[in-house]
Formats: sequence, structure tokens, C-alpha cells
Amino acid sequence: MTHREERTLSIGALSRVEGEGALYVRARGSVVEQVRLDIYEPPRFFEAFLRGRAYTEPPDITARVCGICPVAYQMSACRAIEDACGVTVGGQLAELRRLLYCGEWIESHALHIYLLHAPDFLGYPSAVELARDNRARVERGLALRKAGNAIMESLGGRAIHPVNVRLGGFYRVPEADELAGLCEQLRRALDLALETVQWVAGFDFPDIRCGHEQLALSHPGRYPIEEGTIRTDRGLGFGAQEFEQHVIEEQVPHSTALHAHLAGRGPYLTGPQARYSLSSNLLSPLASEAARSARLGSTSDNPFRSVIVRAVEIVYAIEESLRIIEEYEPPRSPSVPVPARAGTGYGVTEAPRGVLYHRYRIDDDGTVHEARIVPPTSQNQAAIEADLLRFVQDRLGLADDELTKACEQLIRCYDPCISCATHFLELHMDRA
Amino acid sequence: MTASRPTAGRTVVIGVGNEFRRDDGVGPAVIERLRGQVPAEVELIVSDGDPVRLMETLSNASLAVVVDAVRADPPQPGRRHRFVLGGDRTPGGDRTPGGDRTPGGDRTPGGRNEGAAGTEPGARTVASTHGLGLDAALGLALALDRMPDRLIVHAIEAAELSQGRGMTPGVAAAVGAAAAAVRRDIMSAL
Repeated sequence: MTHREERTLSIGALSRVEGEGALYVRARGSVVEQVRLDIYEPPRFFEAFLRGRAYTEPPDITARVCGICPVAYQMSACRAIEDACGVTVGGQLAELRRLLYCGEWIESHALHIYLLHAPDFLGYPSAVELARDNRARVERGLALRKAGNAIMESLGGRAIHPVNVRLGGFYRVPEADELAGLCEQLRRALDLALETVQWVAGFDFPDIRCGHEQLALSHPGRYPIEEGTIRTDRGLGFGAQEFEQHVIEEQVPHSTALHAHLAGRGPYLTGPQARYSLSSNLLSPLASEAARSARLGSTSDNPFRSVIVRAVEIVYAIEESLRIIEEYEPPRSPSVPVPARAGTGYGVTEAPRGVLYHRYRIDDDGTVHEARIVPPTSQNQAAIEADLLRFVQDRLGLADDELTKACEQLIRCYDPCISCATHFLELHMDRA
Repeated sequence: MTASRPTAGRTVVIGVGNEFRRDDGVGPAVIERLRGQVPAEVELIVSDGDPVRLMETLSNASLAVVVDAVRADPPQPGRRHRFVLGGDRTPGGDRTPGGDRTPGGDRTPGGRNEGAAGTEPGARTVASTHGLGLDAALGLALALDRMPDRLIVHAIEAAELSQGRGMTPGVAAAVGAAAAAVRRDIMSAL
């Protein structure tokens, strides 16, 4: 407990989050009065940018929102527009979409674990210092990431902003032997992923529970990635078309971003831990065993332990990739027709960071009249602020620099993609 | 385990940036300007600034040229800076044709690429849309022994980095000169 009456903490630019942003904390005496994340949302810009465009364009345009999760944007956009047009993509085309998405999960999670999150647990200021002392480990993370990249390049045409995705499927589908060429690299990566689970399970974790309602997609018989209905761990369930009835976004004075909460319920969290808590029973046997050996339990809500969940999800995504490749038979056509028709369509998929919602209203010539994008980080923002408030309250005795560091570490647990949801994150601590 | 090393002797030009962030698109714009203007074996790559992909792209190249937008204070949109790491300095001393500053000369790897452009030490000025930027890419390359033999960074001062397409006039006007400067670097190395 500080003897000062008023205290302000300010993080000018949070490091090791995807993008930039600001955090402001104000404490008066022993009470934290306010915690706020100042964020800006590029998706809102893209929503305006999409109006008047052809209905075939959003998958490519929205993929540019973020370099880390372009597939998520493409998949949610495709699902929403196909929904508006009354088309369902199934069979091997759907499997290929899931495979592409697995590549993105592997790549994104490996980046977060090794270069953004691990330095916090091991006492390094950044991945560069971590790499100097732990070269083999960081190389392991890079090799894992490269396996995800290989899937993206093979199926998406290139690793960033894949160009091979279109409404109804792909511009070109691979031959079976092209995909089979990935298997050796993926099998090696599977070993690295299992080593990664073991490694991160040995980190020291503060005993913290967030206690928020967790929200994720749910799909019968398989761990949710590219499809599913929305469920929470407290029994709420609804389809994509009801998303905006249940998820209420509100303006808050300090941010251009909207704060989300569940109608009549409060803030919630989406992301790997929510997926795990709702669907851990659907993981592959090897991923389940890895989770057990890491002492994860069947649910997870300590944000610091999210690093283990990400590692387990890498194991799953690699196994799932191998399964899809082994069962793959090239479809007769690389896409199914998606003729334009007037209507509104809804799409939700599981981005690496959680549920990504798209809605489009198009007319009968295929012109987009309205677009709505709700990325996972902005859904989580209110819950992150609530967690930060309690976190700071319990640590007011720390000096400002230590408290700032601790806040940054907690924020990184949620893997906020500020490129998607925010811009310029800076921390200001006001011990008023 | 060992990462695979790209073929020795590569020359790669990397334009870092995002065309949807106004002047942040200057790096990719320079790459577009260079298409057809450099020998076919020179790799022209657009990067979104992801440090790992950036590091892997420049890994162990003979010559890597990076073109990126920077913020400076006070700003002079379109002003160009050139930094060289390793190898010989390009003939021409401290100024490139057109009156551009070549402020840093040889600089420490992992140091700020825009440090001599009038910014305060420690200020966050790399115009990246990601939390890790060119500094991190170079730091990682150094830690993992993947630095190119020679690295040249062309930094172009930005005015406007908000969401939207199209560069501001001063930055757009610098694209041609930046492309010509990059081409000179490439041709003198081949």
C-alpha cells in the first residue's frame, strides 16, 4: 500500500501485444477508481469501406484488417455472405477451410507463446533477450510457426493475406500429393508442439481466476474452429443470426471502440480458454493427454494459464491437419457457385483469439449495403478492464514500474490483437 | 534443432507497411515501383511488419534492403533516411542524390533505425501496426545468427498513419526517389 494519496500509472506503449494501445489506471488512496483501455478499432473503418463493394470482395478486403489472423476474417466473411446467399459449403471444401484455419492457429499461437508471452514467465524483457539465452527453444517456436506457414502457403497461396480463398471455396484446390508433402513437416512439428506443452506447463503461474462467463463456438463432435453455434459455460446458447441480440456493444467515453457485454448478464471472455472450457472433451486423444499431463483440468479460467491452452491447441491443430490431409480427396470443383441474392447473412468462426462475427446485408445484384464486424479483442475489452481493476487493487503496494510491468503481463495473457481491435495502447496510472 | 538457411547470395528488397494505413503504405509502394526495374533474381517482397516473417525473409541474405515508414519529430513528410549495417558504405558520403540525409552510417544491430532523424531516445516511432517491428526482427536475426551480410534500411518519414488508403502528397512524391535509391544500392552490389 502506497503512502501517497493519489497515484497515476501510465504505459505509453504496451509492448509485445499485436498492435499498440493505451492503459490508464487511477487510484485514490487504497482504492483503484478507474481502469480503462483506450483503443481504436480498424474494423469500423473496414465496415465503412465495404459499403458499395461487390459481395465477392469482403473476404479479401477484411483479410487486410490483420496480418496475424487473415484466415479468420476470410472465413467469417465467406460464411456470412454464403449465408445471405443461401449456400452451404460442405465436404472436402469445408475440410480444406478447416485445414487452412489450422495453419493460422498454429502460426498465431506459436508466435504468441514464444515471442510475446514466454518472456514474461522467464524474466526477459523481450523475445530478443530470450532468444539470446535460449536459442534452441526459440528456434523450436519458429519451426512450429513455419509448419503453420507451410499450410497457409500451400493452401492459401501465400503466408500473409492468403489469396486463394473465395466465396464457395477456393480458386484452386491442391492435389492430394501436394498436401501429403506437408505431412513430414507436420509430424516433426507435432513433436515440437508436445515439447512446447511440457515447457510452458513448467512456468510459474500466479493463482488468479477471472470468473467471467466464457463464450465460444460449439459444434457437435469436433473442437470448434470454422463453424458452430455460440455457447457459454453458463448455459446460454444462440446462433450467429442472434449475435447482436445477445452481444450488446456500447460506446464508452474513453474509447472509440465499443464495449461488449452479454445482454442481462455482463462482461464475458472469448478465446482459447473459453474454447477449451466448453469443448475440451472434443480434443484429440494426444491433445487431451498433453492437457492432462500439463494439469489443465477440464476447464481453464486463470488467464496466465492460457499459454498452456494455446500450446494444447497447437497440438490439436497439427493433429487435425494431419487427419484432414490423410483423408483428403480433391473435390471435383474448387468452389461451389454462390449466386447473389438480396438478404442478410451472418458468420461466426473461431479466430485464434476467439469468436469473430461478421454480418453483411447485400442486394440482389450483390452490392454490399451494410457490414458489421465484431472482433474477439473488442468483445474481451470490458472483461479485461474488470480483471485489471482487481489485479491492480491487489498490487497497489508495488512501485509504479513494477505495477506497470505486471499490468502489461496480465494484458498479454489475453493476447489482444490490437491490430484488429485497437490502436496505440499506452498505460497511464493515476494514483489520485 | 537448426533452422533451414536460405540460399547464400540472395538479394532481397522488403517493403514493410500496410496500404490501408495511409503513409504506412510507402514501403509496399516502393516495391511496386521497383517491379521490372531490377534484375529478375532480386526478390521483391511486401511485408506487413511481422517480425518473424521479416527476420526469416532477410535471413542470411547477401544484401537485404528494407524500406519502411517512420515517424519523426519534428516531421518532414517524405524525407528519406538511409542506414547501412555491415559491408562497405555506398559511395557518395553522407548524402544521397536529391539532398537526402544519410544520418546513421553503420549502426548497431537492434538499434533504432530512425534514431538520427531527430527523435527522442526511446520514443516509439517505428510506424508498424504490430507490437514488434523492425528492431525486433533485427534483434532476433542477430540472436539467432541470421543477419544478412549487408543490410540497408531506407526510412521515409510519414505524416499520416490513420486508417485509409492513399499516401499524403509529400510521402507519395518520395516513392520514385526512394525506388531509385534502392535500385542504386542493388546495382552497386551485383
